[in-house]
Amino acid sequence: MATVRLAPVLRSSVGGSKQVNAEGSNLSEVLADLYSRFPALKEQIQPEESLSRFINVYINDQDVRFLQGLETSVGPNDTVILLPAMAGGR
Amino acid sequence: MGEASREIMRQARRQVPEWSTPQVNEAMAHQHEAGRENQEIVLVDVREKHEWNEGHIPGAIHVPRGYLELQVEEAVPEKDKTVVLYCAGGVRSLMAGATLQQMGYKNVVSMAGGFGAWKGNGYSFVQPRTMSEAQAKRYSRHLLVPEVGEEGQFKLLDSRVLLIGAGGLGSPAAYYLAAAGVGTIGIIDADVVDDSNLQRQILHNTQRIGQYKAESARETIEALNPDVKVITHIERLDESNVARIIADYDVILDGTDNFPTRYLLNDAALIANKPVVHGSVFRFEGQLTVFKPYEGPCYRCLYPEPPPMALAPSCAEAGVLGVLPGIIGILQATETIKLLLGIGDPLVGRMMTYDALAGEFNELRLFRDPKCAACGENGHPENLPTYADVCAIPA
Repeated sequence: MATVRLAPVLRSSVGGSKQVNAEGSNLSEVLADLYSRFPALKEQIQPEESLSRFINVYINDQDVRFLQGLETSVGPNDTVILLPAMAGGR
Repeated sequence: MGEASREIMRQARRQVPEWSTPQVNEAMAHQHEAGRENQEIVLVDVREKHEWNEGHIPGAIHVPRGYLELQVEEAVPEKDKTVVLYCAGGVRSLMAGATLQQMGYKNVVSMAGGFGAWKGNGYSFVQPRTMSEAQAKRYSRHLLVPEVGEEGQFKLLDSRVLLIGAGGLGSPAAYYLAAAGVGTIGIIDADVVDDSNLQRQILHNTQRIGQYKAESARETIEALNPDVKVITHIERLDESNVARIIADYDVILDGTDNFPTRYLLNDAALIANKPVVHGSVFRFEGQLTVFKPYEGPCYRCLYPEPPPMALAPSCAEAGVLGVLPGIIGILQATETIKLLLGIGDPLVGRMMTYDALAGEFNELRLFRDPKCAACGENGHPENLPTYADVCAIPA
């Protein structure tokens, strides 16, 4: 099972956890597994078919937009990072 | 001069050949024509620092006689080069020459008559820029670091940094940039100091509640370092003023609290080709990266669009641990100083994230998007949409 790490703004959707595990051999499957357990997360990061443009997904430290997007394969030892834009500075 | 010292002089004169100032001048001019790769002659000024500061021969290196044995091998590693030494009148250089011969330098020459004769013949000399005694003391810990040194410190004193916001990120950054002697610090902020700011915005204090933040920042910075000129811009960054305001600065430190300003700044900085040191914080976590136009990704490569209103991170919950912007702001100041000095590896194309609760730093690789609407091959940063403020609670 891959590890999924969530940015702070997303944690309330998964019951407050910083990190959850998910099944799947590619990113699409991993996210589908997450959405089935945490429907609120889908609303937050992927309300439409494709990945939202305001969220960055990394597998290990690589941006999936520069890999194979939703088709990028995910191994059991990989870490998926979900990182939406963050603006606070004050 | 006593008998013993005269004897030492006689001895040195027998051992060390002398060139007249016209001979040295001609040799240096010849060498100048030969170009940088064919430097057969090294000119070394062995006088004291205060003498060097009053003027020296162009192209000379400075190794004071008191440090000669300790420093010359580092300054002139090749012992078969012709080393021409000079002092003020040609005496100390002779004795220094004897020392260099002892150390194994094969072609040592002393310039007869020294710098006095050089100047007397009307040959050119340069006067290095010097630090005041107060500056030499204030920045002494920078001067001791070879990567900064006097040259770097002058660079900082000549540098101009713009802080977008004198808030949580801007506060610690401004403090350290001012302490480091960044000569001009611009601050754009239209807000006034509020009680709720003081948990993290350390430029301000209780007495300054109600005062413009930019003015409060100026008072704090000027009290810390009178070398720093503070320029206040009491206005909000918008389409009408962004190009004018950023034009005068070398590096921009982004400490804003909202998406529209970040996109606005990104596009304007691309057009003006100014690096932006980006930081943001939320609760216990922070992010930091450097957007260097056309060398690394820009903010739109990273986030092509801001989150829509309905899906934006809940701003009502957007608290922050007070010390967190302190950490990220200081990292931004560090990156800014690296950019100004041109040292190290700036965080271009890398995002550093910090999780205070876990006590963890992580790094993500960022890529330039060739299709980026702002900095991509067909990008047009000048006519991109700016966005309504999706997080419009007051700072």
